[in-house]
Amino acid sequence: MITNVSLVTVYVTDQDEAKKFYTDVLGFEARTDAALGDYRWVTVGHPDHPELEVTLMVPGPPLDDEMAEAVRRALANGRMGGLGLRVDDCKKTYEDLSARGVEFPQPPSDRPYGVEAVMRDNSGNWLVLVEPKSGE
Amino acid sequence: MTYWTSMSTPTDLLPHLRRARDLIDNRYADDLDLEIIAQRAGVSKYHFIRSFSAAYGQTPAQYLAHRRIERAQDLLRATNLTVTEVCMLVGYTSLGSFSAKFRSLVGETPSAFQERYGGKGVPHIPGCYIFMRGLQERAISEKPSAASGH
Repeated sequence: MITNVSLVTVYVTDQDEAKKFYTDVLGFEARTDAALGDYRWVTVGHPDHPELEVTLMVPGPPLDDEMAEAVRRALANGRMGGLGLRVDDCKKTYEDLSARGVEFPQPPSDRPYGVEAVMRDNSGNWLVLVEPKSGE
Repeated sequence: MTYWTSMSTPTDLLPHLRRARDLIDNRYADDLDLEIIAQRAGVSKYHFIRSFSAAYGQTPAQYLAHRRIERAQDLLRATNLTVTEVCMLVGYTSLGSFSAKFRSLVGETPSAFQERYGGKGVPHIPGCYIFMRGLQERAISEKPSAASGH
């Protein structure tokens, strides 16, 4: 029986910078940081979600060179998507993060399911922040 | 390190273009000047138009128009706003140019598009995905029965 999702991958341009961003700016906590030769495994997680780790991975093996380069370009040109995140107050989170220099392709907007904003992490991924309508 | 690919835009330049594109996405409803957008990318206007087009397959002006029409579709699908209200909300000042642009990109008038959605509700796809995909829905390539399953 599968009990939950325990690991998701977010591709990043630089593991140190990404780890800093996800912990210092977004409020995640650092989990694993382990090196095996020149391979480095870095994970972060949300304090309220001990069961889920997010691995911050630089494009490289097991991707082949062509795919890795395509991921780097997708991060750079802004087409790569990262995580969907739930927020308690989208407007407030938008203001807090904007004040810390985070960029938003989409400011908080009303949707049928709640208030939604789209932000960039410091690798170029777009992340979506959703404050669900009460009761959902 | 700079990579040149068949798309001919150096990878180093892409984050700058991305910032300019994000600016268009964020402020599509404003009276956006190409000078301001190019400034965001930190390159000359001429170089900006060329490299943006190479990276995204559209000129900045085309991208802005697609974004506005895509947002207009979203409003027409999901709200009770009139076509004129939607036109103003997405950054057009003239109903004529809005309707013409909508028709040329979507293949039908804003009113006809709105009628197809009248009372049927919104497809349950998170808006952010629709936003990040950009303009997709066009009457020209649509099957007439596509909406009947909802």
